Amino acid sequence: MNVIRPYGDTLDDGKIQLSFTLPVADGAKGREAARKLVLSLGFLDCEVVHSAALSADFSFYVVYGKTEASIDYDSVVADEASADASMGMDEVNEYIKQKIGRKVVVVGACTGFDAHTVGIDAIMNMKGYDHHYGLERYPEMEAYNLGAQVPNEKLIDFALKVKADAILISQVVTQKDTHIHNMTEFVELLEARGLRDKFICIVGGPRIGNKLAVELGYDVGFGRGTFANDVATYIVKKMAGEL
Amino acid sequence: MQPKLHLPADRIAHARLLATRIAAPVQDFIDSHSSVTVERATLRLAGADGANADGVPVPNLVVDQVRAADPALLEDGVLLRYVNALLRGGDSVETLNRKIAEGFDVMSLPLGDRAALEKKAAELVETGMGRIQSMREQRKGKLDEHKDKNNSPLLYLIVATGNIYEDVKQAKAAVKQGADVIAVIRTTAQSLLDYVPFGPTTEGFGGTYATQENFRIMRKALDEAGDEAGRYIYLTNYASGLCMPEIAASGAIERLDMMLNDSMYGILFRDINMYRTFVDQKFSRMINAFAGIIINTGEDNYLTTSDAVEKAYTVLASQFLNEQFGFLAGMPAKLLGLGHAFEMEPGIKNGFLYEFAQAQMAREIFPEHPLKYMPPTKFMTGDIFKGLAMNTMFNFVSKATGQGIHLLGMLTEAVHTPFMMDRYLAVDNARYVMNNIADFAEDIEFRKDGIMVKRAHSVLAETISFMEDIEKTGLFDAIAKGMFADVKRPKDGGKGLEGLIKKGPAYFNPFETYLASALGLGK
Repeated sequence: MNVIRPYGDTLDDGKIQLSFTLPVADGAKGREAARKLVLSLGFLDCEVVHSAALSADFSFYVVYGKTEASIDYDSVVADEASADASMGMDEVNEYIKQKIGRKVVVVGACTGFDAHTVGIDAIMNMKGYDHHYGLERYPEMEAYNLGAQVPNEKLIDFALKVKADAILISQVVTQKDTHIHNMTEFVELLEARGLRDKFICIVGGPRIGNKLAVELGYDVGFGRGTFANDVATYIVKKMAGEL
Repeated sequence: MQPKLHLPADRIAHARLLATRIAAPVQDFIDSHSSVTVERATLRLAGADGANADGVPVPNLVVDQVRAADPALLEDGVLLRYVNALLRGGDSVETLNRKIAEGFDVMSLPLGDRAALEKKAAELVETGMGRIQSMREQRKGKLDEHKDKNNSPLLYLIVATGNIYEDVKQAKAAVKQGADVIAVIRTTAQSLLDYVPFGPTTEGFGGTYATQENFRIMRKALDEAGDEAGRYIYLTNYASGLCMPEIAASGAIERLDMMLNDSMYGILFRDINMYRTFVDQKFSRMINAFAGIIINTGEDNYLTTSDAVEKAYTVLASQFLNEQFGFLAGMPAKLLGLGHAFEMEPGIKNGFLYEFAQAQMAREIFPEHPLKYMPPTKFMTGDIFKGLAMNTMFNFVSKATGQGIHLLGMLTEAVHTPFMMDRYLAVDNARYVMNNIADFAEDIEFRKDGIMVKRAHSVLAETISFMEDIEKTGLFDAIAKGMFADVKRPKDGGKGLEGLIKKGPAYFNPFETYLASALGLGK
């Protein structure tokens, strides 16, 4: 057992900061409503430190609460394909030479109507993101970034054409669960064509988790904070049968 | 504002000359072509509106009818057939629109007397252009009424709920908080629709459909909110994608004030065919120019896909080209909201100095242009506290360099579409910074041999060398080779090429003729 609570300035003080908007006018009544609302969440103690009018009918609050809730840290299991153990770019390339012995082909796209390439670009473009080079820079990989708004069907056709080992799908827009529909359609199309086992299927995006990805039939899902070498490590280890 | 960077005037003039040389051959191509959306925009200016039971807009129905009768007839211009149907049927524009929506085919009537057609068309031009002119006057009246009440730079906020009625609520709250400009983000992928949907809409993904009715609803709401707040509220939408001129036409009719509109954005970032885009942007800009609509160009996109330090010159080069294509479409400098962005990696030593220098450089090279400055997005991570600090730096540079249009950064960028309180915090931050350093720009000089002056000089030099390469290669080939934004776009690739129309010797478009004459463009 290793019981932990939020830490303000003293162990176990349970201090949490919150900010939110209420659809009421700013004022003493609004502040009291905010305080009671926070207490109703189970906080023992609550202080509204700031409020401001957003418009005649909306108000903004900054609130500190104190909680007695705790968690046994030892019982926690993380839901992420562990980025902690990823290899760097050079290591990945060396690994490919040693254990795979040919170039690894990766195709990526932002599929459906999603026009946000920032995710797929961060993983694939030569330049990469935050000092992590993208897969295009990996000498032992052949990386194709098909860009945005690629229909699922087209992506599969392209992957077949270049004999891809892995397909990367990026989904940024999640409004009205459009990403779920799109991710599901991709897997269904693959299965209908009997191709699911031909590719390592990977999906990523700021609101994608590994759990969701696996539920929808992908090999793995990558969320916020993922870099190219995390994805590359997964692909090559999976190919070499080490995962 | 006193210049601070000691930029060599002859080098700036040389860069402008390169831009004219780069644009000239493209302009020749543009002038001999139309497109399906140019034709539909013309129909819209003439009054074509509405949609059939399947939601196909009347302007699309007319173009499709002409194409179905004989594709070669498109080269004469589609307006001719619409006017012919009006004359032959003796109908009002509204009645004809309804009939077309119910299935009437304009090609079922033989072409009538040319002189009568031209006379009727001239009447439509007078009505259509008169309406846009009166919108322009209304705007001027309101701006005069609320003179000097807007923030400087204009504070620009985005709404994006997908539902126009929900957008109205968010927009009104944003005005209350201090916004001068409200942009209604379009639904994901509208840029790739080769039609403009009809009517009010309540279902969109990541944004709201741009429709003429939605424009009208938001215009009315913002006029009300603006009158209450005592300042004019600029309404912004997107004349980009496959329907650039049609959106411009609808925006002109409903008194939008700004349009995102870039001469190359669609090609590079939406994979729209280059010929189609160049043709479309020209007509859309002629409409914007006549309507007094400020365009916002999309240079920020170069920096979200490439490195902001290394590729700073692509922004300046694109600004010169956007300026030139704007001039060629009759736009004055005061309507050219050239874009740029504060997108450097925050960990760079002295990154703030580079950002400051480049924003000042844009100001000095484009002195009359209402520059559109975009906030950090690429390196916003979900650390909202760091995000707020980055936005503060951005706000500082914007005020200190006299930018024109300031898109407020959201501390929750990369987390979710902005909450109402996120916008409040953004406005609050900007007003604090901008008031606190109100006269800073007039009070400082830069060291002549300092980091900032050197940075601006080197970006200008790189820009000129890049533009010299483009001039040698030719703009079409330069895009095909991937010289912009690291993307290669084949000349005959991309979406919308099939909608390009070669103008025939009898091409008839009195709206274009009127606009060209009103804007002082030579034939």
